[in-house]
Order: sequence, then C-alpha cells, then structure tokens
Amino acid sequence: MIATTIKQGRLFDPANQLDMIADMHINHGRIIAIGEAPSDFNAVKTIDATGLLVIPGLIDLSTRLGEPGMEHFTTIARETKAAVAGGITSLCVMPDTDPVNDTFAVTELIQRRARQAETAYVLPVGALTKGLKGEALSEMVAMHREGCIAFSQANKPVINTQTLFNAFDYAATHQLLVMMRPIDAYLGKDGVAHRGAISSALGLPDIPAATETLAVSRLLLLAEETGVRLHLSQISTARAVDMLAEAQARGLAVTADVAIHNLHLTEFDTADFASFMHVQPPLRSQRDCDALRAGVRSGIINAVCSDHTPLMHDEKLLPFPESVPGISGLESLLPLLLALVREKVLTLEQAITAVTHNPAKLLGINRGSLQVGSPADMALVDCEYDWLFNRHQLLSAGDNTPFHKWPLTGKVQSTLFQGRLVHQ
Amino acid sequence: MFGYPGLSTPNIQLHENGKLKHLLTLEGLKPHHIRDILDRADAFINSETRQIYKQPILKGKTIVNLFFETSTRTRTTFEIAEKSLGADVINLNVATSATKKGESLLDTIYNLEAMQADMFVVRHAESGAAHFFARHVAPHVHVLNAGDGRHAHPTQGLLDAYTIRHFKGKDFSQLRVAIVGDILHSRVARSQIQVLNLLETEEIRLVAPKTLLPHDASAMGAHCFTNIEAGLKDVDVVITLRMQNERMSSARLPSEQEYFETYGITEERLKLAMPDAIVMHPGPINRGVEITSRVADGPQSVILDQVTFGIAVRMAVISGIMQTQGDQP
Repeated sequence: MIATTIKQGRLFDPANQLDMIADMHINHGRIIAIGEAPSDFNAVKTIDATGLLVIPGLIDLSTRLGEPGMEHFTTIARETKAAVAGGITSLCVMPDTDPVNDTFAVTELIQRRARQAETAYVLPVGALTKGLKGEALSEMVAMHREGCIAFSQANKPVINTQTLFNAFDYAATHQLLVMMRPIDAYLGKDGVAHRGAISSALGLPDIPAATETLAVSRLLLLAEETGVRLHLSQISTARAVDMLAEAQARGLAVTADVAIHNLHLTEFDTADFASFMHVQPPLRSQRDCDALRAGVRSGIINAVCSDHTPLMHDEKLLPFPESVPGISGLESLLPLLLALVREKVLTLEQAITAVTHNPAKLLGINRGSLQVGSPADMALVDCEYDWLFNRHQLLSAGDNTPFHKWPLTGKVQSTLFQGRLVHQ
Repeated sequence: MFGYPGLSTPNIQLHENGKLKHLLTLEGLKPHHIRDILDRADAFINSETRQIYKQPILKGKTIVNLFFETSTRTRTTFEIAEKSLGADVINLNVATSATKKGESLLDTIYNLEAMQADMFVVRHAESGAAHFFARHVAPHVHVLNAGDGRHAHPTQGLLDAYTIRHFKGKDFSQLRVAIVGDILHSRVARSQIQVLNLLETEEIRLVAPKTLLPHDASAMGAHCFTNIEAGLKDVDVVITLRMQNERMSSARLPSEQEYFETYGITEERLKLAMPDAIVMHPGPINRGVEITSRVADGPQSVILDQVTFGIAVRMAVISGIMQTQGDQP
C-alpha cells in the first residue's frame, strides 16, 4: 500500500463536522492522520489538493451494474470505473439481475467480480423473495453472511400482503434492513408518466401519486407491526414525504432516499416524448419536486441516489411508452447535487450528508466519513469547474441520460478507494 | 389552451420558416396553419356534389402507409387521397409483418427509406410514436401521423373542423361543442380539442363518466361534464366517440347497456342541443352503444360527410407538406 499525503485540500466531512484546509495522510488503505503527519510516516505519493474539496467517497443506495445477465453490454468492472469517475466509492446493487440475486451463489459472484475490479465497494442487495416473485422467502441469512447489505424487491411489489408481512417478520428476526420501492401492484401498472397535465394532454398512460402513497402506507404499517428496519427507495411524491415525516415523528425508524433526477426534472420534461425522460418512478409535478427538495433539506429524506440503470441503445430507441425506463446516473449524481447547492436549494453540508454520512449510517457501514481510522475512500472535487455534461463521454456503457449538454459546475478531479487512486 | 413551457419549445414538425414539415399533432400549430389547410381542402372537393377533384401534383412521389395498428377506414381514405394526388402508394400492415419477426422499428423505417419513400403515413398503438419516427427519418422524408396511441390523430381533428366549418360557418367563436364518450383513451378527442381551441371555439365540453375523462381537462382547454343532459344543453355540435369493448374488460364501465343508458345519444337527448345542431362521429359506429341508429342516420347526422371531407382534407395536408420546402420564404 502506498503511503499518500493529500496536501492542502478543503476537507469536508459532515459526519465529523469537519471543514478545514489541511493535509491528510493515508496508509494501508486507511486515513491515519489529519494535519500533522505521524512522526514515522513517509509519504511515497503526494497529491496536491489545493483549491479542491475533499469529501468522503459517495455511497449510492441504488445502482445496476450489468452483472450477472448483461455481460455482453457492461460489467461491474466498467460500471465501477464510471462510479469512481463520479466520486462514488460504495454502491448498493439492486437484486433484479439475471439471474435474480436470490441465492448466496449470485451474491458471491457479484462480490467476486467486484473484488477483481477492485475499483469500488460493491454492496449487493439481496432479493427479499425468490425470483422477486413475492411468493417464497429467499435465504436471507445465508445471503447476508455472503455480503448482502439489505433486501429488496427492486421494482417488483409483493402482491400478497401476508407474504410481505412474513418477509418483514423474518427480516426483523435477523435484524436485516429491507429497502422497498413503494409501488402498488396494480394502480398505474401500465402507466409511463405522472398523472397530471402532461399525461392528460399527450395521452400517455398515467401513474397516479396514489400508486406510491398506497404502497408507502402499506409498508409503513407493516414495518410498525413487524419492527423491521425499513428504508423506502426512490420516493417521488409530496404526499409520501408527509407520510414519512409523520412516521418518523412517531418514532418509527424508517428512512428514505430520492433519485437525483426527481430533484431536477418534472412531468413537463416529458412533454416532447423524449425517451431519456422515461423513468420509474415517473417525473412528477413541480409541487412534488419542490417537496422532495424540501424533504432532503429537512433530512426527512435521508439520502440521494443515482438509481443508475445503464441501458442499451435499442432499449431507448423506441416510442416513449415502449422504451425501457431508467437513467445512467453514476457520473451525474454529484454534479447535479452541487447544482442544487449553487441554486441554494441545499447547503453543501446537506448535499454531502445525503450521499455520505446518512447512507453509511442507514446501511451500518464504516464508510462515508473522513474519520481517522476509516477506509480512505474520498473524492477530490473542483467545485469551480464549468463543463457541459456529455453523454458521449460517459465511462458507463449506458449513455441514457436526459442531462446531455446540461451546463454543470463542479467535477471530480480524482477519487481514492481504500487509499488507492482509482480515478484521475 | 396548451401553454406548457416544454410543449412550446422547438417544434420538430415545422421548418425553420414556420411551414409544416411533418404533421404529428395540432398542438403547437398556429391558427393560420389550420386555416391554410382547410382553405386548400376547398380546392379538392365540390362541396355541393361532394365530388373529389383529382390533381396529379405528386406524380413520381412515393407514399408509404405504415400501419402498426390495423385500420380500414383511415387507411383507405389516406390511400384515396394519395392516389387522387397522383402519388405512388404502398400499404404496409406492419402489425403482421416485420416487427413480428423481431425487426426493430428503426430498421423498418431505414429499409423503407432506402426504397425511396418520400412520406410515411404512420399509425401506431403508442402515444408519441409519430414523434419518434419524425426524429429518426432522413431529412427529406415527411411523417404524417395517422394516429398514435391516445395522443393525436391530427387529420381527423382537421376533417372534423372542416365539417363543422362547412355546416356552421368560418366563425367558431359562438359555437359550443360537446365531445361525448371515451375522451381519456381518445387521440381523436385530443386533436379535436386542439383544433377547436386554435379556431377559438366558444366552449368545448367533454362529456363522460369520470373513468373515461382525462385527469386534467382544464390543461387541455376544455370543460368536463359528467351529466349528459347538462353537457348537451344548447350545444351546436355533438361529437360522439366510439366506445371500445376493452373499457368493460378494464373495469372502466360495467356494460355497454349501462353506458348507452347514461351517455348514449338518443333523439330525446339530442333535443337538448340547439335545434340545428349537427351530430358527428369519427367511425366506426357502435349502433345502440354510443348512439342510436335513428340519430346516426337522422337528419342532423353529418357522419358520412365527415368521411368524404376527410379525403379532401388529407389531400390538402399531404400536398401541403410535400410541396413546401424549408428554404422557401
């Protein structure tokens, strides 16, 4: 391991209320000192971080990395390179792979690929039910032992409420975290756009806000009943934020995240049928977008994620309703968050907390901070760098982004993962 | 009126000089576009004898009718219009050919372009399909939307406006129009609402049970009525829409009988409208479901006029699009 000193960066770590310009010293993959180097420390490598923001490596709560099932298109090695280019060093991988990550063998495969790539910390999320079918429980304990950080149904709801109850009860027995995307099994099932002005005018099959709020209430009630640790993935409506706030106020240990694109885009962005705007949950109303922003600001929504879904060209080269929903989001997550800071929607502290300290805390991992002794995962960011986001220059195999040609300020200059420079 | 920021931004169906390159939707067009088309249509038909004037102005041009959804009436009137203009016409029912074999939509388009098509008349089951084609065709190829999902059916909207103009005069500003039926799933209704708004119609009423009304009608520039009697009161034009069987299977209506009882256009109900009100229907009619035969075949019905006018209007649209060039002033 290369002993490294990062010189004179602005060290910014909400977990430790750290905001100072200082040197940071790294050895054996860990942060060993801030400020003065230990007397026995000899830096082999020095990185000049003057003028740069040094933040903990980002933790992305929802990604898809292509393996297993899409190896002909992309791989964990390739997508984790894209992740670190965006400053993300820890990634939760959704279980809707092919085959589904519902046995420890698949979990082990994902872990092995990630270890071979050695680019970022890959955290598999196991399927709550076998095949995500909502019928039989998967072997959560065995998968947890193999490294599954949490259990989820990805985009598939559990139709049978008794099964969902049992799954939560079982997960609670073993203190396992469940990450659930709130979707009703039927309401808005064939929909492709938010039920509002645009879906009415364009005649797009719609997805009412109630498809989410119905599911939120169901999940919250069952979490309360079973005591399972529940995290709501990618909420998209104002009403869901209210329900979440109310549940938290009553003391329920429920957390939630929002996808970054739902903080920037609304239903109006779907008005010209651009298939890159086709996402799930859909881009909602301006009111919803405002409430989601306020939710992140107040901390009711704990984390912001990319919901990275790299897609092949053919999957988007279709009329809007037939195109596959999803955005390749790893490389735009941080710059789009910094855009919210520039717009004064969030403070820098709120923005960074939502992608470092909070996701680390809710996953229970020793990452997402610049604490001495913790793994040296960090991003060095030039916050003044003006650039045009360009989908043709992404490292991800998926160039499906609606942010092409967006003017952005702030770019990752280099990223360290466990003390190694994995991007520059 | 439609006033979304997103919708008013670059309109891919117009040349830079504002002339029509494609016709995908009536949204975003100016009243003069509509009036131009309707005026041009006059030149293709004798409004007394209903005779279509054939004018071989598109000789040597190839038009492909590309139907991803089966249709008899619309495809036939397009074909008559195209042939009356002297174009070479190819009908492709893609629902049963290429895409079933796994060929992608774009490959189908590229292959037809390679076969020297000048215009695609496209019908597709998904909203936004026509926009998709217009984005991907070669620059010299025109796209005419013959119906995409629930989104738009612009030539139907135009021929309906032409029909209303024929019977009610050019000034729409005193007219009340009721559109009765499944508005939610209807591309026809969306195009009708747009054209009626562009022609400054006094009032557009959407009459249906809530299960068949769009969520936000005010954003579309129309008023909703759930009561048929109130909706028909004093209107000058009654437009009836076709009720599809699948609305029963998808639990939006209990039965055809109950729909007829609550929203069917009968002679009795028609009396609530103005005495000289006209009755329209885009076809094909479900007699005894949305309308009685006595009304459909009665003195106030102009349903067959719509069909004939449709040929002239489509001739006006096709010739208009294919004769304009981007660089002309």
